[in-house]
Formats: sequence, C-alpha cells, structure tokens
Amino acid sequence: MGSGPGGLQISYSLSRLGVRHAVISADESAGGMFRRWPFFQRLLSWTKPYAPFERGTREYERYDWNSLLPIEREHAALMTTIMDGSSYYPSRPEMERNLATFAERTGVAVRFGCRWTATRRDGDRWVLETTDGEFRCQVPVFAVGVSQPWRPQIPGIEDVPHYADTRPAETYAGRRVFIIGKENSGFELATGLLQWAKQIVLASPSPAKLSINTRSLVGVRARYVQPYEDHVLAGGVIVLDASIERIERREGHFHVHTRKADAASDLVFEVDDVIAATGFTSPIQDLPNLGVATVGRNKLPAQTPFWESSTVPGVYFGGTIHQASPGLRKHGIPSNSGGVNGHRYNGRILARHIAAKHFEVSPERPVISRAELVSFLLTEATNAPELWHQKAYLARVIVRDDKRGIVDDGVQPLQHVLDTGGANSVAITLEENAAGEIYPVLYTCRDGATSEHPLPTNALHDFRTSEHEKAVIAAVEGVLL
Amino acid sequence: MRSAPDDATETLAGLAIFADLSRPELERVAHSLEERYFAKDERVLREGLSGSAFYIILEGEAVVIAGTTRVNTLRRGDFFGEISVLLGEAPVADVVAVHPLRCLVLPGQLLQEFLQTNPRVCYRILVAEARKLANATRGRG
Ligand SMILES: Cc1cc2nc3c(=O)[nH]c(=O)nc-3n(C[C@H](O)[C@H](O)[C@H](O)COP(=O)(O)OP(=O)(O)OC[C@H]3O[C@@H](n4cnc5c(N)ncnc54)[C@H](O)[C@@H]3O)c2cc1C
Repeated sequence: MGSGPGGLQISYSLSRLGVRHAVISADESAGGMFRRWPFFQRLLSWTKPYAPFERGTREYERYDWNSLLPIEREHAALMTTIMDGSSYYPSRPEMERNLATFAERTGVAVRFGCRWTATRRDGDRWVLETTDGEFRCQVPVFAVGVSQPWRPQIPGIEDVPHYADTRPAETYAGRRVFIIGKENSGFELATGLLQWAKQIVLASPSPAKLSINTRSLVGVRARYVQPYEDHVLAGGVIVLDASIERIERREGHFHVHTRKADAASDLVFEVDDVIAATGFTSPIQDLPNLGVATVGRNKLPAQTPFWESSTVPGVYFGGTIHQASPGLRKHGIPSNSGGVNGHRYNGRILARHIAAKHFEVSPERPVISRAELVSFLLTEATNAPELWHQKAYLARVIVRDDKRGIVDDGVQPLQHVLDTGGANSVAITLEENAAGEIYPVLYTCRDGATSEHPLPTNALHDFRTSEHEKAVIAAVEGVLL
Repeated sequence: MRSAPDDATETLAGLAIFADLSRPELERVAHSLEERYFAKDERVLREGLSGSAFYIILEGEAVVIAGTTRVNTLRRGDFFGEISVLLGEAPVADVVAVHPLRCLVLPGQLLQEFLQTNPRVCYRILVAEARKLANATRGRG
C-alpha cells in the first residue's frame, strides 16, 4: 500500500527478487507526500550534482539523498538528471518527477485511485478491503506515510488550521501569525512567511533543537534557521519555550494563552492567524483493532528491527513509518529512517527479508577471500552509503560458513545482528559519539558471545589506514580468520 | 486552567519521580523524552554495549540479568540505565522485557543537562538510589 518513495522502493526490490505482488495507492500518480509537500516547494534533503564519486556509482549515493535505488546503472542517480541545479535541494516538483520517472522506467506498476479501507484475516491470508474491491495476500506492507495531520490536545485547537491547511503565503501579508511547534515544519512555514507576516511567534514547551547541534536530522535543519537568527537579533520574530494553555477564537483574531515552564509566567498573544505545525501521524486505519501496538505521541506502529509489527507477525511497514523502528540509538544518534535517504535502504533490506522468509527466495551471498577481508571491511566503512546514511542502524555482515568459507551476508539491521548471534560473524557499522567523532565499529560474534570493537576515528573519514587494518585483524582473528 | 492535557503529560504526572513538577514543567519534560515500545523478550539494555540511555518504565515488566542470573524485576515507575550513563561505562547487566514494555527514554548525553534543569526530579532519583543502596547494604549485612 502506497506509491510514495517507500512503496516504490519496496515494490522495485521485490520485483527484482522475483516476488509477485501488487501495489495499490489512494493517489492518482506516483510520488506520495511529495505531490504536495514541502509547502514552500523545496526539499530539505540534498542531491549534490558534483561529488567525489561518479554519478550512478554506489559510493555516489552518499551524496544523493533523493534518488531511489535500482540495480541497473542507467536508472541510478535519477534525481541529478531532473533537477535544474539552481539549488542542491531539489524543488518539490523535481522530486515528484524523480519518483514518477523511477516508477515508469523500472516498471513499478501501481493501481492508482484505490484506497485501502479495512483489514481482516482469512486463514493464512490477509484480506484488504479497498474502494476497488478486495485484495488477498500472504504479506501486506503498509507504506502509507506519516502525513496525516496530528494535533495535541489543547483546548481550542480544533479551530486552528494545521500545516496541511496553510494558505498561500501572500495571504498572510501584514498579519500576526502564531505557529505552534518548533520542529522543521514550523520553522519551514516561519521561513517562508518572514517577508509576509507582520509578526511571527513560534512556540512549544521545550527549546528548539538545531540539527547542527544534535548532529542528526532530528532538529531544525540549517536552511530553516533564519527565523531563529531573526529572533536572537531581536528582529521581531519571537521563539518561545512555553506550553500552549488554550486558544480562543475571537471576532477576526485569536487569543493564544501560553505559560512558561520555569517562571510559571503567563503570556497572552493576540494574533490574526494560528497554524498548528504539530506533526503528523500515519493513516493505519483499523490495524490497532487487529492488535497492532502503537508508540509515541503520534501513535506510529511499534516495529521489530525488520519493520514488522511488534505485536502482529506478518504485518510489515514501509517508507517513513520506519522511523518508529528506532534501532539501538547508540549515543542518542537517531536513524534516518524518516527520510528517503534512510528508508530507501531499509526498503531494499525489507524486500530481501520478505523474499527469504515468506517466499523461499535466497538472496545472493558472495564469498570473500581471506586476503580481501580486511580491505573489504575498511572500504565498506569508508564508502558504503548504507552505513553513512544509517549510522549504528544498518551493518554490513560477514559470516563464516563451514562449507563456503567467508561469506558476505549483506546489509542488515544492527539490532537484529546483535540479537541473533549464533554463527561466527562480524558486523561493521559507522557510529558517532557524543563528541561528534565518527568511527567504524566492529561487532564480533564468536561461539554465541558478542563483543564491540570501536575503531579509531579519522579526520578525513578515510578508514583505510594501517592503524585500522591492525585493529580489524585483532578483532576478527579467531572469528573469521 | 487546562481541561484536556496531553496523554503524555498525564502519564508522567502519575510517576513518582515526576511527582513534584508543575504542569508546564511536566509538559516540557514530556517533550524532551521519547516513548519506546519493547516486545516481550526484547533486550532494552545490553551488557557491554557503549552509548546507552536512561529509561523510565511507563507500563509492563522487565528483568535485570547479570550474567545468567535474574537479579531484579522492574515495573511501572522504575528507572534504569542511569548508572552506566553517569559513570560513562557500558552497562554491566542486560535488561530484558518480560512483558510488553513501554518506556520513556533519554539519550545518555542529555542526562546531565536534564537533571540540572529538573532539580526536583534529580532529588527524587537520589532518594531512590539511596533506597537501593540501603537495601543492598542490608542484604549484604
Ligand atoms: C512536511 C514534510 C516535509 C518532508 N520533507 C522531506 C524531504 O525534503 N526529504 C525527505 O527525504 N523526506 C521528507 N519528509 C519525510 C517524508 O514524508 C518521507 O521521506 C517520504 O515522503 C515518505 O515516503 P512514504 O512512501 O513513506 O510516504 P508518503 O510519501 O507519504 O506516501 C504515502 C502513500 O500511501 C498512500 N496511502 C495512504 N493511505 C492509503 C490508503 N488508505 N490506501 C491506499 N494508499 C494509501 C498515499 O496515497 C501515498 O501514495 C517530509 C515529511 C513532511 C511531513
């Protein structure tokens, strides 16, 4: 279900593994959320036309956050062939075209205008009721996005338009605008309204986090920080840490009652417009009634490391919903599963997992020679896009196979690797500590016991040094070698 | 006065370590913690693994396993993970969910600032640590 980047990547990868499936979507064309948003028509994920690696190579993916992942080189790095190059953030229409072109060229077939409405079990099949009849399947994958407006329970918020209902920017000309929420969507709106609004207030209970401080995609992205600079330079924008107590609609304006946590002081704002940039949830319909547990304020489905419902086996999720399968979050570093750059890799792994577990399609597992092992691991740490985009979340796994020798077991969720142990194996990830140092970590599993071996960092992020080689040999000796 | 507070705020208000916080403080705390769900048998804290976090149980049950021995059972309102975070060392035990578990989580590197911003929570935690230490001492004596 779903024809956003999540659904498209999974469908493409299933096809290449030979797994028969169908894709349905409530939309009329491919692209998902990017058919409408971001509201101000430019993405917050970049694609660098010029990078240290040639476009279309695997290594180049690290610099291109927006293209989906084909096997065929001619369909790779598609975004670069579509964007006009005026910004390294593609525009929304360019992103929509990138996704639709991928679907068209790689033959992803979607039944559009078909909305899933209800779900039930029938023996070993799932039955999906839709506006276009019933579908039966062994395995459903719900890639329905996280873009349904979500509002906290604040008295009076029913009368407040959501981000989703924002009007054209010029209609805010000369008006006082109060934005509830200090995450990217709130700051995006504030940035776009800077030249229109007479006054902008951004408020929520806890201080705004900035991505350059959190060193992750959690936090307001640099390109939306302008309102914050306006605030600290006392230019007129107000960024307030306070809870919103209630909102009263008056004739032609609103009164917003706020309270600061520390001073317990109250402030009331009289404004012309209020916008709830309070986040989004996922339209998972009746799944909670079937036992699918949800988590967090916005109630996303709780998932296993392989993006299966934690409580209802056989129900899988795709795309940005993967943000609710957070992995280990070592040193607090979140996954990038909410963005295309992260969930596109999860999608490929999920397809492989479903193919192996439910359809007996064994993925390819190439042999690695003993002589190549160390350089293979360090080259992965230096260049593998999966590891760079999904730190401490996805790992390259190498196992010792009694018959075949040293075998590349592909990229897998790190948490899964640590929880299963078993065979003698090594997994390599990239991680980041609280000091902001990025370094590779090897996890070795020997006779069922797992240990962690952090390798040194490197100022240029190139881990192919003799120091690193020695550390790898010391760690894998007796496990693989 | 607020008539319909957030679920999250309401839940926090019911936990002993947050008992002294005002509503706006609770709301600020609710926004700085993340909720996580752990299925039965899932590991929450891993012995020997760096970069762990501080956890507060909202619902469910977990056990602390040192080596192969169950040393403690944790329930709603209990917290764990703070020792390894405060000492900057990897956990010396596993914590495993024995019933589906909901926790609030704070990444390790944010704990110091969190405790300094919320001295009343810090005090409650200190009292709980004192109790644990007293029980352990008594156990040994
Ligand atoms: C305001 C905003 C801006 C963002 N900007 C970026 C960005 O710049 N870069 C980035 O990488 N990420 C961004 N994201 C995250 C973004 O949502 C994801 O990366 C991406 O769009 C998610 O893809 P998806 O396929 O999971 O979901 P979506 O793109 O949301 O697609 C969901 C699909 O499911 C379908 N669907 C939903 N319900 C049903 C149903 N009942 N029956 C049938 N079909 C259904 C929809 O029609 C749609 O086709 C942003 C998110 C938001 C909210």
